[in-house]
Amino acid sequence: MSQFILHKENTRGHANHGWLNAHHSFSFANYYNPERMHFGVLRVLNDDLIDGGMGFGTHPHDNMEIITIPLAGAIAHKDSMGNSAVIRSGEIQVMSAGTGVSHSEFNALADEQLNLLQIWLFPNKKNVTPRYDQQTLDVEARHNNFQQILSPNQDDAGVWIHQDAWFSLGKFDEGFQTEYKIKKAGNGVYAFVINGEVTINGQTLSKRDGLGIWDTDSISFKANSADAEVLLMDVPMEL
Amino acid sequence: MMQITILYIGRDTEITIVMNRLLNARPEWKGICVCTDEEAMSILEAQDVDLVLLGNGIDLDCEQVLRKRINELKPNIKIIQHYGGGSGLLYGEIMSALG
Repeated sequence: MSQFILHKENTRGHANHGWLNAHHSFSFANYYNPERMHFGVLRVLNDDLIDGGMGFGTHPHDNMEIITIPLAGAIAHKDSMGNSAVIRSGEIQVMSAGTGVSHSEFNALADEQLNLLQIWLFPNKKNVTPRYDQQTLDVEARHNNFQQILSPNQDDAGVWIHQDAWFSLGKFDEGFQTEYKIKKAGNGVYAFVINGEVTINGQTLSKRDGLGIWDTDSISFKANSADAEVLLMDVPMEL
Repeated sequence: MMQITILYIGRDTEITIVMNRLLNARPEWKGICVCTDEEAMSILEAQDVDLVLLGNGIDLDCEQVLRKRINELKPNIKIIQHYGGGSGLLYGEIMSALG
């Protein structure tokens, strides 16, 4: 029998630093909730609003798979591997921190707010060689479809990471129903509602709600509003 | 206020400097950060440490040897993996480890 955990939008951790308004689905920085440490290997899901021109100066990471999905605006990224890039809404960025990498992230636009999701997964292998990638996604391909945007496989759709995880993004018409099959036995799915209202396995979810489901091989999905947009994170439940 | 002593061991000098700053930014923590296992063992022999954080770049063989040496010297010290290399997960890791 499947199990689930529901994280309503207004129960997330919140930190407003002025230039940065951050909501944390799991414990992060000074937000500590022992009940919200991780969902399987999914450790961080931050929903950040960053003022124009502002951002995070150079800082290090190690042994973490870091995925950034801009929802609105553009991020300017620079790292110690020599990468310098701008990632816009409709694109995805991935960084395997491995043995260690430093980078900076700023809102690339001076007069527009940046909204991004930053997601950290524990890697399935420690101390890998750091790597960076970004990809432009075919936004049309996610209309009434869970479009795969990340996988563990270099030759599969989307970016790849050092973990048996698959991410999918979908944008749905009201009333659209489908089923999502979990990619690997032992994985669970954490669904995060970017916009609109949906029903997943009988649970009604609103904008920025999160629902983790495990001990099942598929989930049922229905869009309840015309602008329903959902990110599914299919991740190993064992650390 | 009780201060806890935390020993961080990692191989990347830059990350070690950041960890030293982060651990010593809180008055309730005293951070000692080193890049080699021998430095770590010298510290453990010389003073009480409450928690050991294993950072980046320590390969599996070294980690096993290091854990064994620490457990033999100070069997009650908690040893945990530090992920992320910065401040994002640090507070949660330490709070979880110390209950």
